[in-house]
Amino acid sequence: MRKFEERFFKVLMILATIIILGSLFMILVAVVKRGLPAMSWDMVTKIPSGGFYLGKEGGLLNAIVGSLYLVLGSTVLGLIIAIPVVIYINVYLPKKSFLADITRLSADVLFGIPSIVYGAFGFSLMVYFGLKTSLFGGIIAVALLITPILIRSMDEVARLVPKDLKDAALSLGATRYEIIRVVLKQISPGITTAILLSIGRAIGDAASVLFTAGYTDSIPTSLSQPVATLPLAIFFQLSSPIQEVQDRAYAAALILTLIVLALSLAARFYSSKFSKNKI
Amino acid sequence: MNTRLLKSENIIASSMNNGKDVFLLEEGAEAQVRTLLLQKTKLDLTAPHISVKNLNVHLQKKHVLKDVNLDIPNKAITCIIGPSGCGKTTLLKTFNRLLEQSVDVKIDGHVFVDGEDIHDKNVEIINIRKKMGLLSQRPCPLPMSIFDNIAYGPRIHGNRNMKELSRLVENYLKAAGLWDEVKDRLHSPANRLSIGQQQRLCLARGLAVEPEIILGDEATSALDPISSKKIEELFVELKRDYSIILVTHTLRQARRIADYVVFMYLGEVIEAGSADEIFNNPQKELTREYISGAFS
Ligand SMILES: Nc1ncnc2c1ncn2[C@@H]1O[C@H](COP(=O)(O)OP(=O)(O)OP(=O)(O)O)[C@@H](O)[C@H]1O
Ligand SMILES: [Mg+2]
Repeated sequence: MRKFEERFFKVLMILATIIILGSLFMILVAVVKRGLPAMSWDMVTKIPSGGFYLGKEGGLLNAIVGSLYLVLGSTVLGLIIAIPVVIYINVYLPKKSFLADITRLSADVLFGIPSIVYGAFGFSLMVYFGLKTSLFGGIIAVALLITPILIRSMDEVARLVPKDLKDAALSLGATRYEIIRVVLKQISPGITTAILLSIGRAIGDAASVLFTAGYTDSIPTSLSQPVATLPLAIFFQLSSPIQEVQDRAYAAALILTLIVLALSLAARFYSSKFSKNKI
Repeated sequence: MNTRLLKSENIIASSMNNGKDVFLLEEGAEAQVRTLLLQKTKLDLTAPHISVKNLNVHLQKKHVLKDVNLDIPNKAITCIIGPSGCGKTTLLKTFNRLLEQSVDVKIDGHVFVDGEDIHDKNVEIINIRKKMGLLSQRPCPLPMSIFDNIAYGPRIHGNRNMKELSRLVENYLKAAGLWDEVKDRLHSPANRLSIGQQQRLCLARGLAVEPEIILGDEATSALDPISSKKIEELFVELKRDYSIILVTHTLRQARRIADYVVFMYLGEVIEAGSADEIFNNPQKELTREYISGAFS
């Protein structure tokens, strides 16, 4: 009987693995199959010309660069908020602190909120301050989206920093500021992983940028101009009735998938390197 | 300051030679240890380095140190002995004011170092910690290279001269008997070292701050007998310049190197006196039982 149980669960696990690997594989196949023929050098080096959305000349450089701008801006902004929070709850507050628990709980709740809500919230903020859809607005909305991710994943690592480490540095005569530097150093692989994770999330999200960043065919030259993004490029082109344009949506999806894939692999690489370094 | 530096360098140089002897002629080294053992310091308690008056410590409402009154002799080795949980670590952490980092601490009473109350409002906490090198019970390398670990203390206290730092690193690694094992990988991460090596690293790191008092919390517990002896020898040499307080569970170690012995039990100092008094003629029944190994 126990042997049967064991075999039953073994089969179940294999099945689950096949489903997961299989769907990943099928997604890749679908994207590559339809996207690859539409891929061209122009796609990644040119911005859309007039009539691009009717199947004429041009590329997606506006969306690629736009996504990168947005991700860069929101990650920097997110880190500016998240690092002090993580340091505060892990270095300044005692081990069992109500405030730290509340902070972690809120980060968890924020983590679970769908990105369209962040988009709507960002949009209402912009209406309130009289801003138009812009790179700036998009950066704020996406930063809101990824800050909880940054906080939570960095906090996970920072919590593991032993009290002994802080004590060791303090015994050598370190000040609180120097302690922070030691802690940051200790968690630096975790920070890298957190950044890569949130970039992956930020670059693929359409809902948060829909109302806040807008869309444009040109590459923005200032924070107050609207900006195109890859997820929205997919969305708009996919809703076109023209076959050629639809295929370009898959090309955009392919570009996006490759970027995200590269980032996850990098995150994987860094976190495994991290666990090897630990004793 | 300069003469101090010179002196400790001499010590390091001589301890280096001792270290070599241990490897080359075991027996000679043994004899040397034995002669060192005879160099017990004449205790002078008229001017104690640390003086504890009516110290009471509560940790999370628990009375951990009870009415401790204690004088620690200057430039001698004081061993604190006592069963696990009796408050030895807590006492050491009070000395360098690390204890107040814990949650819910209440400290009453006074600790005077060189006649100065360390809990006085005007006292710079960094200076207190710098004066005392604490080697904690569990070695904890900083997340950086071996070199940077040793250079950390000198660096945060303002020494940025790379040449001088390299010299310090080499000297103190030699002093702690770690140099030969790590000289080819000074720039690899310190947490790759074995626990025993980490313990010696922490010793070197503590010495590099040039403290006046060394607080060792079972500083040799993770070491094999030979390296442990080397560290003991080093302590015996260092007491010329430093006051050394060692917590130890090994009574034999205390017998070997202690000039002054403090016996603690359940948060109280039961008895303190010269090593001779405590080991050969203890006044209290409890001390006698502990020394004879009736409990531990
Ligand atoms: N942060 C703390 N909160 C509450 N109680 C504590 C705390 N730290 C230590 N204690 C208690 O204080 C007592 C003394 O602890 P301490 O670590 O000083 O003992 P010790 O003599 O160093 O023991 P050992 O030889 O095992 O290292 C113990 O009963 C311990 O449980
Ligand atoms: Mg202890």
